[in-house]
Amino acid sequence: MREMKILSPTAILGYGFPEESLNNGFKNNPDVIGLDAGSSDPGPYYLGEGKPFVPRNAVKRDLELIIPRAFKRKIPVIIGTAGGSGAKAHVEWCLEIIKEIAKKHKIHPKIAIIYADMDKTFLKKKLKQGAIKPLACAPKITSQVIDNSNNIVAQMGVDPIIKALDHGIDIVLGGRCYDPAVFAALPIKNGFDPGLAVHLGKIVECAAIAATPGSGKDCVLGIIKENSFVLKVLSNKRRFTVDSVAAHTLYEKSDPYTLPGPGGYLDLLNTKFTQITPSSVEVSGSKFVYAKKYTLKIEGTALIGYRTISVCGVRDDIMKKQIDSILAVIKKETMKQFPGKGNYLGFHIYGKDGVMADLEPQKKITSHELGIVIEAIAATQNDANTLCGFARSSMLHYGYPHRISTAGNLAFPFSPSDASVGKVHKFSIYHIVEVDDPVKIFETKYIKI
Amino acid sequence: MKKIQMIKLAKVIRSKNSGPFELTFDIIFKTRAIYEKIKKKKIISKAFVRRLYNVTGKKILNICYFEPAKAVKITIARSIGSGDVGETDVYGAQQHMPLVNAMINWGK
Repeated sequence: MREMKILSPTAILGYGFPEESLNNGFKNNPDVIGLDAGSSDPGPYYLGEGKPFVPRNAVKRDLELIIPRAFKRKIPVIIGTAGGSGAKAHVEWCLEIIKEIAKKHKIHPKIAIIYADMDKTFLKKKLKQGAIKPLACAPKITSQVIDNSNNIVAQMGVDPIIKALDHGIDIVLGGRCYDPAVFAALPIKNGFDPGLAVHLGKIVECAAIAATPGSGKDCVLGIIKENSFVLKVLSNKRRFTVDSVAAHTLYEKSDPYTLPGPGGYLDLLNTKFTQITPSSVEVSGSKFVYAKKYTLKIEGTALIGYRTISVCGVRDDIMKKQIDSILAVIKKETMKQFPGKGNYLGFHIYGKDGVMADLEPQKKITSHELGIVIEAIAATQNDANTLCGFARSSMLHYGYPHRISTAGNLAFPFSPSDASVGKVHKFSIYHIVEVDDPVKIFETKYIKI
Repeated sequence: MKKIQMIKLAKVIRSKNSGPFELTFDIIFKTRAIYEKIKKKKIISKAFVRRLYNVTGKKILNICYFEPAKAVKITIARSIGSGDVGETDVYGAQQHMPLVNAMINWGK
């Protein structure tokens, strides 16, 4: 019976893995190595700025252990969501790293580069046609929202990757990508069941996070067969168990039975998990249901302004009890003094509700001290610095009722007390768009280095 | 009626973003018997989530019992998009304690 082996070295390219686990992976003769290199979890800044959230040297370390070996053994390496967010700047950043490795190891891989950036004119046309719909809770989309967004990417499915693999390449370097696609593309190209291939991808994209003990920094192997797939660990420290795999199926999703993706959805209603060895699990029954209209998820970010923060602490019980009313006065006075459009002043109060804000059920402060982060956002860095600095000095010397500590109200751990932290972005687009051709929409370039 | 804290019944209680605009909670129970009892008694309901997190019913998007993992998943709307102005938890990973501390009517 035929099978195909898919190696996933790490949960996110740059998170690392033990070399021994990777060696075990290579010993299993994988047919393909998939690397999910990104996520939207770290927030909108990285897509907005075209910057990675994983250190460059960490990404280089991982790739240097994988690429030269895979190249020599003719195992294709497929990278998705390069650079963390998968916009053009991220893809180019990752390409530079690959070029450095190729030069050092004197190899000349053929690379397919698949960009995921979406053209604004195309999106505005789609919007007019009513072919863009919001995902749950996403903000309203208009032509202006599209124009004001700085980076807009679509999550590619397996289709453009399969097309690239047809060209006999060594590395696929993909922009924003549906996480499972880098693992599912080759099996689907070779005629394996798409439901099994995508479900396998869903699990191994997080590498050993789905094993127990879980880890985002260890390699795993997925073996797809005609009617099932098998998950294997590559370190004797871990096991895949029915519980660990089933639990992972819940992770970061809204509905664990129906998982939508590019071109359709994964149906897990009849999925069976079976423990076949003490450390391996076999999965069967997962189905892929093709949608009538092929849709892609699009993500976009827009610049809000610039941020400045100041970190300080309060130990005074008299002040602590009045913290809400004191900060309300500080905010009002600061905003009155600097009423610029788009100016924002907020306080993160650790020891009160700094973590959960509106969702915090415990209203009473029970800690003996409070940690406060003063946060200012304005149209320029200079304006944000001004807003934060004014609020900080007002708080430091504010004469609140019954005050006895008349020398100063705040403890600062740092000098300077304020830090300019740069641009602030928000997610402006989180929608699905109907497309006619799920391959052509992703600009693809073939190069040899 | 005997009350029992959720942490005594579950081995995993976690929160995380599901995309930038949703927050999702997973409760994975210790045993299938516990899971079945929770499911039969419909303990995890919209009213339960509303009470714990002080959110309106409209904001509760989905409550789903997931057999293979002996788990319940609750998904609510984030009050703002991840990382937008006023954010306190970009990844949404530290919103689970009200569930951990919830007291459940557990019978005799």
